[in-house]
Amino acid sequence: MHPAPSIILFSTLSGLGFGLLAFLGVGAPAPMGRIALVFYAIGFTLAVGGLISSTFHLGRPERAWRAFTQWRTSWLSREGCIAVAALMVMGLTAIAQIFFGTRLPFLGWIGAALCLATVFSTSMIYASLRTVPRWHDPTTPALFLGWSIAGGALLAAHTVLAGGLLLVALVIQIVHWLRGDSALRRSGTTLATATGLTGGALRSFEPPHTGGNYLTHEMVFQIGRKHARNLRIIGAALAGALPAGLLLLAPAGHVTAGLAVLSHLAGLVVTRWLFFAEAEHVVGLYYGAHQGKTA
Amino acid sequence: MTQLPPPSDVKLGLVIDLDTCVGCHACVTACKGWNTENYGAPLSDTDPYGAEPSGTFLNRIHSYEVQPEDGAAQLVHFPKSCLHCEDAPCVTVCPTGASYKRAEDGIVLVNESACIGCGLCAWACPYGAREKDPAEGVMKKCTLCVDRIYNENLPEEDRVPACVRTCPAGARHFGDLGDPGSDVSRLVAERGGIDLMPEQGTKPVNQYLPPRPKDTDLDVLAPLLAPVAETPQGFLGWLDKTLSKLPGSAQ
Repeated sequence: MHPAPSIILFSTLSGLGFGLLAFLGVGAPAPMGRIALVFYAIGFTLAVGGLISSTFHLGRPERAWRAFTQWRTSWLSREGCIAVAALMVMGLTAIAQIFFGTRLPFLGWIGAALCLATVFSTSMIYASLRTVPRWHDPTTPALFLGWSIAGGALLAAHTVLAGGLLLVALVIQIVHWLRGDSALRRSGTTLATATGLTGGALRSFEPPHTGGNYLTHEMVFQIGRKHARNLRIIGAALAGALPAGLLLLAPAGHVTAGLAVLSHLAGLVVTRWLFFAEAEHVVGLYYGAHQGKTA
Repeated sequence: MTQLPPPSDVKLGLVIDLDTCVGCHACVTACKGWNTENYGAPLSDTDPYGAEPSGTFLNRIHSYEVQPEDGAAQLVHFPKSCLHCEDAPCVTVCPTGASYKRAEDGIVLVNESACIGCGLCAWACPYGAREKDPAEGVMKKCTLCVDRIYNENLPEEDRVPACVRTCPAGARHFGDLGDPGSDVSRLVAERGGIDLMPEQGTKPVNQYLPPRPKDTDLDVLAPLLAPVAETPQGFLGWLDKTLSKLPGSAQ
């Protein structure tokens, strides 16, 4: 799949932001006044910034409001609705803590649940697609929630907890990669089921047109697979192993935490880029792609 | 609404005969012609006369080679457009309600004025039936020529999709696949029509008729065309002999 920068930014930044807001919602930490302003400002900037960047890939962004209407069936619509609800509820708890020096625990817990529900909805946009077997797997929501909660703990300055959660997220990431590598094979979709042709060895003889098209640009994207192995190691190290090591082993402080956050963010962008670049869409089979990865 | 309607009695769709299709792309041209001038936004082309031409099409023809264990390879031309699935995943993922499946005849359409061009429906379609138009920023797909098939301003023989009307080989058939007695349903039953990617659970309405086995004794005229003289006679014989005597010539 084509790794659109706006989508990668959106899912990494908003995942982190909603993770931090979830921790603020449950009161861990429960800052007041100016410190609360700083914490909530970081959370809202990441979450809202991510949401806004997600509209950049739309063909008709001026109609984006319509995306709030189909929550009955569409995970994309659910994500939009839940995100707005989460931001509104967390906005109230932010006002209470920043201006009135008081926590609203009941609203905070609801807000935290909505924040995690937003991240879950984001992951389900991908996990619900049967057409991309690598994504159509329970490890996809686990992966998004794992990184979001770990990143939230990191930003919420929970040194030891964040270190542990990062390692948990890292394990989920590795399981997601390993399961993903055999997902297309396990899905059973092949060029033979795609065309119904039998009676011999099948190959794509000629594509429909000499040039590329929307489908080949968007769905038959191949870059990154060449360096996938190295990128996985870099992503896993920067997103999980290095920040976890810093938090658990290095002396605590703003420098350690800052380095851990930067490393985590860089690694997360790499793993999220791979999430798209490595994903095989079954339509690629019609174009002769993914041979050797199918059953 | 992106909730799918209950399965309709009428299921309009296409039956595509892979045995008959000659891969001429006439249906591709007819489709682009009709759908650029009629329903919805035109189908744009990008860099049409340049080095990397590309364009939006609702129907594309692939070609596949089937190589049996023994015997000659067979080339199969493979037209592919929207299959108007009963369980259309492209409809339910749409966040705006722009994608819908008609309750009366099962045609899957896009309300272009409500489409935000997020592309999720194209991701959800296993067949590559949807393409986002780069000029218009909205999703385009086969409408089954909904503006032809019910159009009483057209002569009756033209009230079929443009691709079906134009196919010179008779490889495309249009009709009601929900009616077991219809011509298309009987054709599917007789020829063993199949679903594409049945494991994806989309329940496509369009059916594909597999290529029929080829005759093994293809060349019935060959024995009659065998060469009469194995060795050249007369002037050609003299020429052959003379040239063969030259040094270095093939004997």
